[in-house]
Amino acid sequence: MTLTDFTPFASLSGGALIGLSAVLLMGLLGRIAGISGIAVRLLPPYLDADTRGRMAFILGLIAAPSVWLLTTGAWPQVTLEASAPLLLVAGLLVGFGSVWGAGCTSGHGVCGLSRLSARSFVAVGTFMATAFLTVLLVRHVF
Amino acid sequence: MPILVQFLLGLLFGTGLIVAGMSDPAKVLNFLDLAAIPSGTWDPSLAFVLLAATAVTFVGYRLVLRRPRPVFDTQFHLPHKTRIEAPVIVGPAIFGIGWGLVGLCPGPAFTALGTGRPEAFLFVTAMLLGMVAARLLALRAIGGSAQRA
Repeated sequence: MTLTDFTPFASLSGGALIGLSAVLLMGLLGRIAGISGIAVRLLPPYLDADTRGRMAFILGLIAAPSVWLLTTGAWPQVTLEASAPLLLVAGLLVGFGSVWGAGCTSGHGVCGLSRLSARSFVAVGTFMATAFLTVLLVRHVF
Repeated sequence: MPILVQFLLGLLFGTGLIVAGMSDPAKVLNFLDLAAIPSGTWDPSLAFVLLAATAVTFVGYRLVLRRPRPVFDTQFHLPHKTRIEAPVIVGPAIFGIGWGLVGLCPGPAFTALGTGRPEAFLFVTAMLLGMVAARLLALRAIGGSAQRA
């Protein structure tokens, strides 16, 4: 494992930018900023006509590190120590679970909690619990 | 115009993730490692990200949802489900296991992809496959008449 520093001010600032993006997406496009919901609708079956807009949002996400590189001179830190099979399994679980549960850390976490949605409080409590338990087992038991 | 706006909002979201440190799975895993609290290596940053993001969204939503409609659409598309059914527990439970294994959730998975890392490409490919599988299963279960996520 790689140790990281507690960054309260950077994390509050970054969180505020995420919130700003969510508020603007609602005010301008009328949409929830849920990344799993946006991503899954990039793929068929297409049930509405907003696929291009969703693609643009995801491309913006993907472009963020390059813009960061151009403005700061360095790539953002991305520590990935998992093996290929583990990445594959984790990716499948994250993708399946987020769509089966109708949201992830952004849709249920940021947007759902802000709307005081009972479903989102249950979802966030549940994924936090299994994520805490998974890290406990992986790091301290096995 | 809306297309450009959505690109810029994705860029803003991704930049927020990077500023917050959430583009680094190590920071996420160190938050999820509660057993590290006694040893002093726990990183509470993620809680601060969620706190600021929900605070801004809580206030901002109340301001924008007062308007009759969004700027570039005829109506707000808000989730209409309110009942707590099995999928809203089963799905997040599965999601949390995957999140805890690698430290990536969908947003940071796409920013990681943007750094060109092959590991991120593998993760995102698997994630999209998992998403499509869940959506097809859900659509089949409800007769293909509605959509989820």
